[in-house]
Amino acid sequence: MDRDKIKEIIAKRVAKELKDGDIVNLGIGLPTMVANYVSEDVNILFQSENGFVGLGPAPKEGEEDPYIVNAGGQPVTILPGGAFFDSATSFGIIRGGHVDVTVLGALQVDEEGNLANWMIPGKLVPGMGGAMDLVVGAKKVIIAMEHTVKGNHKILKKCTLPLTAAKQVDMIVTEMGVMEVTDEGIVLKEINPEFTVEEVQEATEAKLIIADDLKEMEV
Amino acid sequence: MAKVVSIEEAISHIKDGMTIMVGGFLSCGTPHKLVDALVEKGVKDLTLICNDSGFVDSGVGKLIVNKQVKKLIASHIGTNRETGNQMNAGELEVVLVPQGTLAEQIRAAGAGLGGILTPIGIGTVIEEGKQKIEIDGKEYLLELPLKADVALILGHTVDKAGNVVYYGATRNFNTLMATAADTVIVEAENLVEVGEIDPNHVVTPGLFIDYIAVGGDK
Repeated sequence: MDRDKIKEIIAKRVAKELKDGDIVNLGIGLPTMVANYVSEDVNILFQSENGFVGLGPAPKEGEEDPYIVNAGGQPVTILPGGAFFDSATSFGIIRGGHVDVTVLGALQVDEEGNLANWMIPGKLVPGMGGAMDLVVGAKKVIIAMEHTVKGNHKILKKCTLPLTAAKQVDMIVTEMGVMEVTDEGIVLKEINPEFTVEEVQEATEAKLIIADDLKEMEV
Repeated sequence: MAKVVSIEEAISHIKDGMTIMVGGFLSCGTPHKLVDALVEKGVKDLTLICNDSGFVDSGVGKLIVNKQVKKLIASHIGTNRETGNQMNAGELEVVLVPQGTLAEQIRAAGAGLGGILTPIGIGTVIEEGKQKIEIDGKEYLLELPLKADVALILGHTVDKAGNVVYYGATRNFNTLMATAADTVIVEAENLVEVGEIDPNHVVTPGLFIDYIAVGGDK
């Protein structure tokens, strides 16, 4: 499967998790693509942690405003009804439980819902930015990522990289399926019909619990 | 009482070894003229507090490239490779702070608070060496206030009394830093007479501002 197709499958499926009226914060990269697949009859208010709510699509070429950018610095728009605020208010919104869903990528996630996505010691230290606040503060944390990286497991028994937050992940969506993190472990709820349960388990270090009502993932 | 000065005069208040705060988020809302003048002047051994370390060719990133910073307190350094290089070479001390915590530490300093209690960082390396306090069965980290000698902020419209109105996503850390330094300098993109800003629209009251330096373009 080519990577663009993988990203599309993941973004499309995550978009279905967003409910009418939700306040949502999307991380940089793949998570940003989720906005493109939200059904037209579902109204979502997107929050941008650099300081506004009502994040709209990218502007037409030539209409970019250098002062209206997303948290990745890309030009965006603000929709009617939106509002600007400072970083204390922005993170008050996040930490205070006013964000319904956050979608983020991960380096590693484990069966306890621990997440590592901010550094690889000695190799890559970009910093956590707002990720720690988002993962702890948002009511629902969805990890949107490719199931493995260069053939290596990313869904582990125990994260080995420094954590972004402990026990906060609720759901993992990959090109292979949809998983929920529960007290008992990771439950495979939906599977991409291109794969078998055995193949998904093989690509996962953590022992998967297969849902009794395992569904086909719409791709 | 805020005083209108030139960019050069404004930055003359920044000396070697000082702690400075600079507003902005990935260079959006950064007072570029003040920062560029600081790069030109070459003040060194600075402790820099800002959201991120910008880019090698834009914003506070230029101060890093020019090796004027000995310690950086920020939430993100991934967009400026020079920050990582200097950190790995042991030339620059970097303290990474979760973004919301950084905002509250600065706000706390400006608001006269002895610190803040936050759940962010519990169960991660961020909690190392910090006091934990349990309230109603939930654990919080005690994070201490962060203040500076000088804060550099960007205002869109500023009157001669120092009242500031912001534009777009440029508020970010500017509003907070305006409260948390001994000397606060606002780079005004548009300077107007007292009375021209409706008091209902003022975000940062002029009482926080010491110097107004006229900027101009983006």
